[in-house]
Amino acid sequence: MALEKQLELGDSEEKVRKQVAVYVYEAPVRLWHWVTVLCILTLSITGYFIGSPLPSVPGEASDNFLMGYIRFAHFSAGYILAVAFIGRIYWALVGNHHSRELFIVPVWSGKWWAELWHEVRWYLFMVKTPKKYIGHNPLGQLAMFSFFVIGNTFMILTGFALYSEGLGSGSWADQLFGWIIPLFGQSQDVHTWHHLGMWYIIIFVMTHVYVAVREDIMSRQSLISTMVGGWRMFKDDKPD
Amino acid sequence: MAQIETFYGVMRRQGITRRSLLKYSSLTAAALGLGPTFAPKIAHAMETKPRTPVVWLHGLECTCCSESFIRSAHPLVKDVVLSMISLDYDDTLMAAAGHQAEAALEHTLEKYKGEYILAVEGNPPLNEDGMFCIVGGKPFLDQLKRAAKDAKAVIAWGSCASWGCVQAARPNPTQAVPIHKVITDKPIIKVPGCPPIAEVMTGVITYMLTFGKIPELDRQGRPKMFYGQRIHDKCYRRPHFDAGQFVEHWDDENARKGYCLYKVGCKGPTTYNACSTVRWNEGTSFPIQAGHGCIGCSEDGFWDKGSFYDRLTNIKQFGIEQNADEIGTAVAGGVGAAIAAHAAVSVIKRVTSTSNKEHGEQES
Repeated sequence: MALEKQLELGDSEEKVRKQVAVYVYEAPVRLWHWVTVLCILTLSITGYFIGSPLPSVPGEASDNFLMGYIRFAHFSAGYILAVAFIGRIYWALVGNHHSRELFIVPVWSGKWWAELWHEVRWYLFMVKTPKKYIGHNPLGQLAMFSFFVIGNTFMILTGFALYSEGLGSGSWADQLFGWIIPLFGQSQDVHTWHHLGMWYIIIFVMTHVYVAVREDIMSRQSLISTMVGGWRMFKDDKPD
Repeated sequence: MAQIETFYGVMRRQGITRRSLLKYSSLTAAALGLGPTFAPKIAHAMETKPRTPVVWLHGLECTCCSESFIRSAHPLVKDVVLSMISLDYDDTLMAAAGHQAEAALEHTLEKYKGEYILAVEGNPPLNEDGMFCIVGGKPFLDQLKRAAKDAKAVIAWGSCASWGCVQAARPNPTQAVPIHKVITDKPIIKVPGCPPIAEVMTGVITYMLTFGKIPELDRQGRPKMFYGQRIHDKCYRRPHFDAGQFVEHWDDENARKGYCLYKVGCKGPTTYNACSTVRWNEGTSFPIQAGHGCIGCSEDGFWDKGSFYDRLTNIKQFGIEQNADEIGTAVAGGVGAAIAAHAAVSVIKRVTSTSNKEHGEQES
């Protein structure tokens, strides 16, 4: 993976230091990441309260709009998440080659499978030294695709299908996403699957955050600061 | 077809006045969501067009569709529309019985070949070659296929014919199937509900008579005019939903105040039907107005979607009945425990490898 890290034998120490920092995540990718974080947080909380609403509010119905605001927040965050995801797909086409890692998993590459196996062994404490990666490690890449890309796509599709029910038949959302409802059976089934999808995403977030923190400490490259500043730092100059 | 009398002819014979016809026409125009200008069109069609022969078959069912139909708000329906369609064949309501009734069916199918509308109440069981439902000594499945062969259009009355309903609920021992699994070459108009609303049933027939075509259907084959919106969208308790005011328990103060029944399992938000607009029994009431949540009777497989009193559906595939939140919490808890364990091992490994490093210059 780490092609940019090839160093000549007689390279100066200064060059080494330069070589070990690589600009990985371009600004749009980082922006998208943190926007998506906020959206998932909002969507999970409001979504949970749509399924299991808060205790009833007192007073006249005309003076309150609590459920309305919760649903508004959910729909707005859903729109932002979806638009950001479309933007992210666009950036995969025009951005650097790391921006494509999320969507294209190189299952055809033998080297990738070998490194995937190495990563699995690293997480099972069977190897002592992790490999260096500029982008995602193969295990991370596979998890990102199967949990995040698939999960996010599923939630956007089912989410807009449910949203189309409110807009009504013949609306743009109904024309684009309405076919999803009969695919699952009926509206209640889509609600249930969308709800399970939330937990799928929550499990992804838990694992993602844990692994990012752990790798930031234990691997040989920076993780968390990279998603803030975009630069991947390496902790040593040993070969991969 | 010239010898068939018009609706109006039958009506006069039954002693219904023209005034009654016009009232019915206006009511139906409103129910169909058409403008006032369509009332005279409907009246005109009723007066001039030959009535449409309808064959009404009964498979596995409870007759609630027929019961609903004869309680239509306007007397005209009971006295005229029903009597006219039952003239041809409806084994529950027709005067003839036994061989006479079966002969009447054969006669209608032959005489109006390609002209009649087939209305099906109930559905066919497929298990044991259809032996779980016998009509006139033969499986209902055969009668259904025979009658569907030369029908102009097919109406699936109620949730049985449309989706399968209770006899198709798990484990479905008779293998009851909705009629669209058997009739695959004809347009089927689904009028689901357990039972469907009487005005919806007469409205569909009147529309077909007036315009000579089947009403516009949605993706699942239901007339858009009656099934285009959810109960929730037109529910008079909707403001309490938006405000966040719910019945928390049966018979609590909020129930007395008529708050939203969402938390006690109302299926209004996932059910497409006209109950909250047309209502039942001459517009008297509908379940939510009576203080009970919608049970979603016009939706596919509503018997298998968990309790009528839970908002979140139980998911039976997981062995024990759990809803999405209970499953999600359990799995997330498991993942959380795994993460904690993994983190603990990571720390131990780190500590041991650091102490190794101090001894023999090993990098971790």
